[in-house]
Amino acid sequence: MAVSKRIVLHFPKRVTDRPLIYHLVKDYDLEFNILKASVNPDQEGLLVIELTGMREEYDRGIKFLIDAGVQIQSLSQDVTRNEERCTNCGNCLTLCPSHCFEVTDASRKVQFHTEKCVACGICIKACPPRAMEVHF
Amino acid sequence: MKFMKTIAEINEKIKLGKAVIVTGEEVIDIVREKGVKRAAQEIDVVTTGTFGPMCSSGMYFNLGHTKPRMKLGGGRTTLNDVPAYTGLAAVDLFLGATAMPDDDPRNRNYPGEFNYGGGHVIEELVAGKDIRVESTAYGTDCYPRKKLSTYINIKDLNECVLFNIRNSYQNYNVAINASDKTIYTYMGVLKPRIGNANFCSAGQLSPLLKDPLYRTIGIGTKIFLGGGIGYVAWPGTQFNPGVPRTDKGVPRSGAGTLAVIGDLKQMNSRWLVGTSMLGYGTTMSIGIGIPIPILSEEVMINAAVPDAEMFATIIDYSDDYPNMKPVNYGEVSYAALKSGKITIKGKEVPTGSLSSYSRAQEIAGTLKEWIKAGKFELTQPVASLPGPDSGVKFRPLNERPIEA
Ligand code: SF4
Ligand code: SF4
Repeated sequence: MAVSKRIVLHFPKRVTDRPLIYHLVKDYDLEFNILKASVNPDQEGLLVIELTGMREEYDRGIKFLIDAGVQIQSLSQDVTRNEERCTNCGNCLTLCPSHCFEVTDASRKVQFHTEKCVACGICIKACPPRAMEVHF
Repeated sequence: MKFMKTIAEINEKIKLGKAVIVTGEEVIDIVREKGVKRAAQEIDVVTTGTFGPMCSSGMYFNLGHTKPRMKLGGGRTTLNDVPAYTGLAAVDLFLGATAMPDDDPRNRNYPGEFNYGGGHVIEELVAGKDIRVESTAYGTDCYPRKKLSTYINIKDLNECVLFNIRNSYQNYNVAINASDKTIYTYMGVLKPRIGNANFCSAGQLSPLLKDPLYRTIGIGTKIFLGGGIGYVAWPGTQFNPGVPRTDKGVPRSGAGTLAVIGDLKQMNSRWLVGTSMLGYGTTMSIGIGIPIPILSEEVMINAAVPDAEMFATIIDYSDDYPNMKPVNYGEVSYAALKSGKITIKGKEVPTGSLSSYSRAQEIAGTLKEWIKAGKFELTQPVASLPGPDSGVKFRPLNERPIEA
């Protein structure tokens, strides 16, 4: 599956001199389109790009940037649930501000209404088996 | 108590494929319709199940000897960076579910994330993944080696045993937060001003709530443990049978617990899940199921108690719990907790849970199928658990400060 998203990259001073975007293209086979850039050699750099590629490569590329110390802010981020990892415990039920989680029947299976998600991120670290995942 | 059947008789029926087995949920309506007497005659076994975080859990294993020999005992060993307990013989190790890597920042970045710990190592080991072992030791004449760095796999280990000293709590607190700021607890994230209430029990499917007076579950009872077979080894730690009970004997707060044991090699990682409690620590969620042989009408009455007749105590985790204040915010039934909201001091409060009811159902259903298929026979306990009148009590520490 191909994805295309707009993200804001904040480069702290110590990483501005590494060719990170070059690696994104070369190692992860991603295409990018710069929408806005301001990299001042003495300060933090800022880059708004549209990044396109296959989902898996895209996620790996984002991880590469995070590991390199880049802070990423998404203009369109997805929160998904890893169905294999979710134990249907119900810990998320009261925490989501957008009421995305619901129990409807006696089996207490927890439904995830992805369309209501506002990507606030609260469930990500509160889910005990870490079944909720955020994709930048 | 008047006995109608023996475990041996039930096992005979299981062998012949004639035993009647129902889950702790199904039995409720059956008893309601047929009455206790008839149900007790007809039903042979009620299966139960529970799945939730259970902290006092761990595994021990024997690594096999290295060449030249090395005494890991008394040295230092980590498994995927998580420290194991080495105060045992040369190559026996114990790993606790809540152990975490030395370099985990804990709560230095509050609330800590606790993404990886002993429970996760156990889950990965059971799933068949290789685990990285790093050991240092001091060296002796008979065990000269001082350093080891190797991968291990569950299939190559000698004994590999899950041994949990406190699991399957008979009942548990409902946790709330009466303070003005969010708190991060082993009962989950609790929102300020009683913004939510979290419970952790399977209620009407929970093993010890369905045999509240320990009439059939005892030391030696064969159980579903982590997707395989295990046994009740001993009463669990913090065993506290003398708490207030309903007229049917169901404890109104935490009471009995179980120490359980079983061969990890036949377990399944779906039922042993590494778990992270934000701001608190790591642990493991465990699946346990216990069959209850219907030996008498009394056992039948208890096995048919529904959520509406089981109660839990509401406790504030911002002040009362940490400071051991013996106060509470009243009691609430599991039926109310599962409805999604309860009322505390006139305020409607949404409920969340840490124990997975759908997994508990799956366990009770699996155990039922195993017994039906003749794959699982019932056991006679070799000794009883201490009952409500045993005098066994869970005491706080009697602190006697040491003068400098
Ligand atoms: S907290 Fe996580 S595991 Fe539990 S129901 Fe929600 S998504 Fe599933
Ligand atoms: S990210 Fe926020 S809005 Fe989306 S499901 Fe999680 S808690 Fe709800």
